[in-house]
Amino acid sequence: MSNPLTIVESVNLALRSEMQKDSSVVVLGEDVGVNGGVFRATVGLREEFGIKRVLDTPLAETMIAGLSVGMAAQGLKPVAEIQFMGFIFPAMEHLIAHAARLRHRTRGRLHCPMVLRVPFGGGIHAPEHHSESTEVLFAHTPGLRVVIPSSPARAYGLLLAAIRNPDPVIFMEPKRIYRLNAQPVEDNGKALPLDTCYTLREGSDITLVSWGAMIKETLEAADKLAEKAISCEVIDLVTLNPIDHKTILASVAKTGHCVIIHEAPKSCAVGAEISATIAERGLLNLQAPVSRVTGYDTVMPYYQMENHYMPNTADIIEAVTGTLEFS
Amino acid sequence: METIFTTNISYSSYLSEAGLPLQPLPEWTHTPDTLVRYYRNMVLARQLDNKIIALQRTGQIGTYASQLGAEAIDIVLGDLMESSDVLIPYYRNHALQMLRGLPMADMLSYWGGDERGNASAGMGEDFPNAVPIATQALHATGVATAFKIRGEKRAAVTVCGDGGTSKGDFMEALNVAGAWQLPVVFIINNNQWAISVPRSLQCGAPTLAQKAVAAGIRGEQVDGNDVIALHESVNEALQHAREGKGPTLIEAISYRLSDHTTADDATRYRSNEELKAAWEREPIKRLQTFLHAKGWWDEVQETAWQNEVGQIIQQGLTEYLQRPPQAASDLIDHLYAKLPDALKEQRERLLRNARQGGNHHE
Ligand SMILES: Cc1ncc(C[n+]2csc(CCOP(=O)(O)OP(=O)(O)O)c2C)c(N)n1
Ligand SMILES: [Mg+2]
Repeated sequence: MSNPLTIVESVNLALRSEMQKDSSVVVLGEDVGVNGGVFRATVGLREEFGIKRVLDTPLAETMIAGLSVGMAAQGLKPVAEIQFMGFIFPAMEHLIAHAARLRHRTRGRLHCPMVLRVPFGGGIHAPEHHSESTEVLFAHTPGLRVVIPSSPARAYGLLLAAIRNPDPVIFMEPKRIYRLNAQPVEDNGKALPLDTCYTLREGSDITLVSWGAMIKETLEAADKLAEKAISCEVIDLVTLNPIDHKTILASVAKTGHCVIIHEAPKSCAVGAEISATIAERGLLNLQAPVSRVTGYDTVMPYYQMENHYMPNTADIIEAVTGTLEFS
Repeated sequence: METIFTTNISYSSYLSEAGLPLQPLPEWTHTPDTLVRYYRNMVLARQLDNKIIALQRTGQIGTYASQLGAEAIDIVLGDLMESSDVLIPYYRNHALQMLRGLPMADMLSYWGGDERGNASAGMGEDFPNAVPIATQALHATGVATAFKIRGEKRAAVTVCGDGGTSKGDFMEALNVAGAWQLPVVFIINNNQWAISVPRSLQCGAPTLAQKAVAAGIRGEQVDGNDVIALHESVNEALQHAREGKGPTLIEAISYRLSDHTTADDATRYRSNEELKAAWEREPIKRLQTFLHAKGWWDEVQETAWQNEVGQIIQQGLTEYLQRPPQAASDLIDHLYAKLPDALKEQRERLLRNARQGGNHHE
């Protein structure tokens, strides 16, 4: 694969790289083998590593998750693909009742080093049930880690970290930006930390926190606001469980303002957790209430209405302006 | 040791690939009416399918799941189901839905990304398409339970793919249907592929029909390209259900002649030879040959029907393309019977954004 790489190509590179180094890594899921995945994330792996390391499974998400728990308890490192976030629900019982708790219940006698990769999010005119952002269901589950990359290089380093992590990781891939903005990615085998956010842009007036595909609109908004002499600090949350509150609080201490941007519906979402923590630990640094730019509290619509649902650059600019004008 | 249980799975077919009878044909095929209707409906279904794929290519329809090769299953089900029965379909039952009363324009609306297609009055009590695989099988058992509790002579009919039979939902549905002897008919459109995964990788059993055995219900295989075999099997299953004699699983052997959807490229994972061989078995040609031989259909009728079908499709298409867009508030207004006060502020924002040009989304 030739550099520069897209996010989906970086996922592929990380899988290949780690499978070469660690024979316990096994890729599995629907259509991941011969077809190389419906988004081509696992393309070429079956040819290189064979049918014992790249498993085309029967069509059953409950099975994919439960089977992975068993494999992981045996010391394998399953990296399972759930084809779309909307089809992850049959897997929930095994993720919440077992994967997340195996270490705790057995006081470490068994543990569950599995990764569930899952493309998520809207904006690609997909069929019904193919566009949801339900990250909070996993972020809310103690025992799981939740990771969302937003650039090719971070996708590579974070996926390596997820595979090497001894606990279950939900690795969510923002499919709207799967093939956007290719960048050089070095196959250096270096994992990135799973508990820090990334400050993508430094600024002094306001802190913007986002993750996944919405990073694109957030950076666009920061660019446009810079033209009006508004300086935005942009933080990519990256790990939704655990959350690196320290970095966010330090940024808010500097800027005094914060807008959180996510595609998922507003209520009880990860944005609420960040906002609550700022209120708990950084209230006196705030010069205005924390504001959220999010999807509506409704069902992710089928694609004709998708653009009405999706937060956009103008929404972010409006929220930033409103926050800065608060008095 | 003694044998305490044995079973057989039957496979039925009446018309050969060449359109010749393989065994004595049932009474109802001795007159042309039903078979000619089946033929005409299949031709319509196929032309429409071709048209929708063309519309997808030009951006007038979204990702679409073609029915190419599965026409016979839908056409026969649509003919034999009563309007009082309930269909709980999957995402590859367009022709069946239309025979049940779904207007073409509403069907197109759905595939054009507009949930109003699901609101069509033409659907009666039928469920909308199930996109999460095999979930519909359980809903069908619930519908059938309602019929049973109320003592109604109605059947619930549900369809899934070969891949769908691997999900727990499917097995759980068969199980409860057997335990409670529910008035439900399960149809498997075994088109040999679940996207790129061949039937042989879904399950170790030689037939999918035999999954019925473990659930204690009737199970059988039929040639899914043969309208006569389908008719016999479906008719009996529906009668059984309506008469309170219990559920049936029918595995219809077909072939997905298309890509999985318009977003798929099947040449990546299956051979051209296999596809070519499957075209030899497809359902329309064989019935046409049979009807020709009987003198029940000729070139003149064919041309006339093809033209009429073209017009029917054009009419549905025009109606679809002339639909006004949905109101922005549709995004939120149908979520609850009564919109909670907490959502009113979001609704206001939605309408305000829509007034300002809706989506400033680049
Ligand atoms: C629960 C769930 N998992 C995955 C998918 C993605 N998906 C859509 S269709 C399909 C294959 C279905 O194959 P089959 O059941 O044989 O039906 P066919 O499409 O061949 O008619 C898959 C994996 C889905 N829609 N739902
Ligand atoms: Mg199939």
